[in-house]
Amino acid sequence: MRVVRRAAGWSGALAAVLVAVVVVSAGIGPVRIPPAEVVKVVLNALVVPAGIETGSRGAGTLTLPTLEVVYTSPFAFPVADVHHRIVMYVRLPRILLAATVGFALAAAGTVMQGFFRNPMADPSIIGVSSGAAVGAVGFIVLPISLSATVALPLVGAVDLGISRGVGVSLFAFIGALAAAFVVYAIATRHGRTPVATLLLAGIAVQTFLGAVISYLQLQAGESLRQIVAWLMGHLSAASWGDVAVTAVLVPPLFLLLLVHARDLNVLLLGEEEAQGLGIEVERTKRILLGASALITAAGVAFAGVIGFVGLIIPHMLRLVVGPDHRVLLPTAALAGGSFLVAADTLARSGSAEVPVGIVTAAVGAPFFIYLLMSREVHEL
Amino acid sequence: MIEVRELTVAFGDEPVFSDVDLTVDRGTFVGLVGPNGAGKTTLLRAIKGTLKPDRGTVRLAGDPLSTLSAKAVGRRVASVPQSTTLSFDFPVRNVVEMGRTPHIGRFGSHDADDVSAVEEAMAATGVARFADRPITEVSGGERGRVLLARAIAQGTPALLLDEPTASLDVNHAVRTLELVRGFVDDGRTAVAAIHDLEMAARYCDVVVLIADGGIQAVGAPHEVFTAESIRASFDAEAFVGTDPTTGSPAVTTYPTSETDPRRVHVVGIGRPTARVVARLVAAGHDLSVGVVPATGAVAGVAADADVPAVTVPPFEDPERSQVAAAADLAADADVVIVVGEPHEHVRPVTETATPTVQVPADVDPTELLETVAAATPDEGESTDHPDGSAEAA
Repeated sequence: MRVVRRAAGWSGALAAVLVAVVVVSAGIGPVRIPPAEVVKVVLNALVVPAGIETGSRGAGTLTLPTLEVVYTSPFAFPVADVHHRIVMYVRLPRILLAATVGFALAAAGTVMQGFFRNPMADPSIIGVSSGAAVGAVGFIVLPISLSATVALPLVGAVDLGISRGVGVSLFAFIGALAAAFVVYAIATRHGRTPVATLLLAGIAVQTFLGAVISYLQLQAGESLRQIVAWLMGHLSAASWGDVAVTAVLVPPLFLLLLVHARDLNVLLLGEEEAQGLGIEVERTKRILLGASALITAAGVAFAGVIGFVGLIIPHMLRLVVGPDHRVLLPTAALAGGSFLVAADTLARSGSAEVPVGIVTAAVGAPFFIYLLMSREVHEL
Repeated sequence: MIEVRELTVAFGDEPVFSDVDLTVDRGTFVGLVGPNGAGKTTLLRAIKGTLKPDRGTVRLAGDPLSTLSAKAVGRRVASVPQSTTLSFDFPVRNVVEMGRTPHIGRFGSHDADDVSAVEEAMAATGVARFADRPITEVSGGERGRVLLARAIAQGTPALLLDEPTASLDVNHAVRTLELVRGFVDDGRTAVAAIHDLEMAARYCDVVVLIADGGIQAVGAPHEVFTAESIRASFDAEAFVGTDPTTGSPAVTTYPTSETDPRRVHVVGIGRPTARVVARLVAAGHDLSVGVVPATGAVAGVAADADVPAVTVPPFEDPERSQVAAAADLAADADVVIVVGEPHEHVRPVTETATPTVQVPADVDPTELLETVAAATPDEGESTDHPDGSAEAA
């Protein structure tokens, strides 16, 4: 019970920090908006179902009764329309995407460090980021068209065209999962996946995919700039659609990881001891690996390769809350969300926007070094 | 409680052991002894199911291991590993709490039973004192006790221990084994791989000697620990006596001397002579002693090793017939070793036709063995004598 209370306390505090960071960030930009105004805009946008209305559709003898849910906005604060537009259409999607991606990467990083019992592990260790990069860069460079017209009976021709931006994300997502699966398949023999083999297979696959990315960059020509921006991590193209997709994917996967937090603690003792303590080791490893790969893929597909969040945030939080994953996993995830929102705010608030991946590394590394030196850390 | 049938484990083409059969009854403390690499740890791993045997079955409380889930196994046997790889700085208390894992459901948390099991285990192992320190900052010996506490907190009817005393000081080694002994006396079962033969002899009900790819002997310590079995399994010479302080078998080992056996008669009294007798018995020589006081050190060693001895009651001078009997034994020997200055009563024993060598009380063991090896064997007679050491029990 002590642990549950600690986890709830820390998570509550860090969730509050995340909300504060989001609100402040939404006010920062070429047009400065006070936090109170941001809160009003967001509250105005809230809708709650108020009731169900019956009606009818059709005419003459063919009248169909219909049921419609009616939403109302409980709040109607007076806000400037331009502020409403800036917050709701420009800043908030980007900020919420940053929060979700940071949350996902930090959660996956925490799990990977525990899983590999290795402080150098991060979400990309099983090839997810490299796979995503190959998918995204491949889509940018190669003449792949996702426009297709399908003739359906009754309805007629339907255009299944997918925009370029969605295509990059889709290919990155598929690439990420394909790479993770290949790494897993290479490392698995007779139903067992030794962690050391997995680590080496991940490094080998990452190296190979790195070569593919370099080659594609050489062939890129005009689109090289776009590739470099993607590889450094970017959130500038965020849309509400991206937010919706990650918001659907990330929370269930995170909950799946969270219910395995105690198993992850026991796995730190070594697989043989974990088995002796009643953990179905191989099955638990598959679940942890699969969920981590998916949650990372969901993050990098929309934001590109953002380094450092998944590596540094878990370490920072381990220094603060200790190594127990029941506390560490939710707190690291929430802190990852706050960190990426803050880093992205910094990235976009300069005179010229810089890729957020540069900011996370440039800000994260010195802060981490400060933490290392200010506390007596012998071993991570 | 634990039944092992025709168990065979090989690493690659190299078999570790084959066709091992072992039954561990409820309420017994079984010690696995044997040379390095004999497969003690491997057998323990096979029993707890972390190693899949190439052939054979293991049953825990009647059920084949292969039909039990990891959780079910975790409720039946707990194991204490030699060391742990934990490098994240969990507080000691959390590590002990991990022992309760098999009792907690996916969404459950520690209840009152779990908490009391953890507290009791920490109190019993003396871990409670540093319960809040990080596991990465406690000493190797303390770490060993934390692992024991974790296994006890697991609350299983059986406990498997891999070298539980290897990293502990003498005090904690004894306390650990006392704790396991108490655990067994409460009706539970323990199987421990133990290097220290005397510790095994002192605390185990049954010892299992594993060597050369199989079980060489199973039984009570005094049945299993013989000079022969130890020489065969460990490739070392040993004298198996009785520890005068605990009464359990005391095994003293020596490096192999590789001398051919000789018939040796030893004359002398007191501990120096007892040491000479023990060393010569361990080297495989066929001994006799006398005349010695019946309650003295030499007579005790001779009795432990079934060495024929001519004895007199304490504080009495030997009778003529007793001296004559000892002289007969001496006449029959290839060499007579006189330790220190012989008493005038036993002078006739040193005056037989047999070559006699006098050695000082603090004789160097190597010199002693060389002296005996230099004696010419008298082939005709030595075979008539019972081989004392062979029958040692």
